[in-house]
Amino acid sequence: MAIASGPIEPEEAVSAIRSGDTVMVGGFGLVGAPLTLIDALVESSDADELTIVSNNIGEPGRGLGKLLRQGRIKRGISSYFTSNPEAVAAVNAGEIEATLVPQGTFAEAIRAAGAGIAGFLTPVGAGTLLAEGKEEHVVDGVPHLLERPIHADVALVYAARGDELGNLWYRRTARNFNPLMATAARVTIAEVREIVAAGELEPESIHTPHLYVDELVLSR
Amino acid sequence: MTDDVKISIAARAAEELRSGEVANLGIGIPNLVPGLLGDDTNVILHTENGLLGVGPRPGDDELDPDLIDAAKQPVTALSGAAYFDSAQSFAMIRGGHIDVAVLGALQVSISGDIANWAVPGKDVLGVGGAMDLVVGACRVLVTMTATSSTGEPKVVSECTYPLTARGGADVVITELSVFRLREGALVLTELLGDATVEQVRAATGGPFDVDLEDRRAA
Repeated sequence: MAIASGPIEPEEAVSAIRSGDTVMVGGFGLVGAPLTLIDALVESSDADELTIVSNNIGEPGRGLGKLLRQGRIKRGISSYFTSNPEAVAAVNAGEIEATLVPQGTFAEAIRAAGAGIAGFLTPVGAGTLLAEGKEEHVVDGVPHLLERPIHADVALVYAARGDELGNLWYRRTARNFNPLMATAARVTIAEVREIVAAGELEPESIHTPHLYVDELVLSR
Repeated sequence: MTDDVKISIAARAAEELRSGEVANLGIGIPNLVPGLLGDDTNVILHTENGLLGVGPRPGDDELDPDLIDAAKQPVTALSGAAYFDSAQSFAMIRGGHIDVAVLGALQVSISGDIANWAVPGKDVLGVGGAMDLVVGACRVLVTMTATSSTGEPKVVSECTYPLTARGGADVVITELSVFRLREGALVLTELLGDATVEQVRAATGGPFDVDLEDRRAA
């Protein structure tokens, strides 16, 4: 759905997130992370028992690291918890559940969710600790794992520029997981640094077409 | 490990790269490789967070908060660079479009298995792109010291650390030697510096064949 009525306040946007929801959060470390939306979730929402799908669980006291400190994350699905030692400590203390996924499988599983694909076979992870609990299929003599899509209730993404319809343009390596996550959730909330009029973004340069975006929020 | 040892390993790895190849470099010794390439060897660097055409570290006045590499360090982008999302970046890796990955390892087995992401009994909570790269890159060059900081061989019969992938290593370069994977087994093909075959055997935790190549004649 495209945006009906212009940007909304971040606090209103994150009110879509309910306790027990699965929330995707874009960014590679803090680069490309929707920091205004994360702050609103930390400060104005009391949704807890959240499953967070993000490449990292922020850094200590920064980004998703703030939500972690509030004890509102039940489970993390990530390729690299290690960049936040507090997340590692929380997993080891049994305070949060961790699902570790190879980064390429993580990206593809999110893409698959948005593209209506029920699963895919990849050789990555076969024969390793991360194959635990996954079906193995041998294709052309090579062991593959059946990987299922990763869906979410809400996706929080960040783009440098959006137009008033919700078309998004990402800048440099701040793109990372954002365009994938924008496709994979029931509700997608995009935080943008700048909003321009419809038609201002070159149609050929739009990375996320507006049909994926439900709400727009301006970065603070 | 002294810087001289690291540089000698990286310098030998640099000789494995050919002009025009696309390479993905891990942190540590692999990151020293670009500075050690010959003047006429032009390698294109890929970083899995979404950039082909990684340039050198920026000066303080050129820092861009939207531009980092997979080690989360600031970088620049060379003329002709391209940005893409993470699914496309890993499609490049998994799909065999990255010519060579240079990476460090904790252990490599004599059948080429690589363990480079976790230490047993410690945190096994960060894998990043390690498994994708070892499986997907056309050639995998492992750069590491021959022994660990406690003197244990890192080339072993069987990896005791959690595996990254089976049979992933094509070339293993240490300060002592070069091994190449041939028919499913590492073969000692070159001695580095003043190393002898006996020294390599003493620093290796498993049996291997020796087939020394004379690189000067090649």
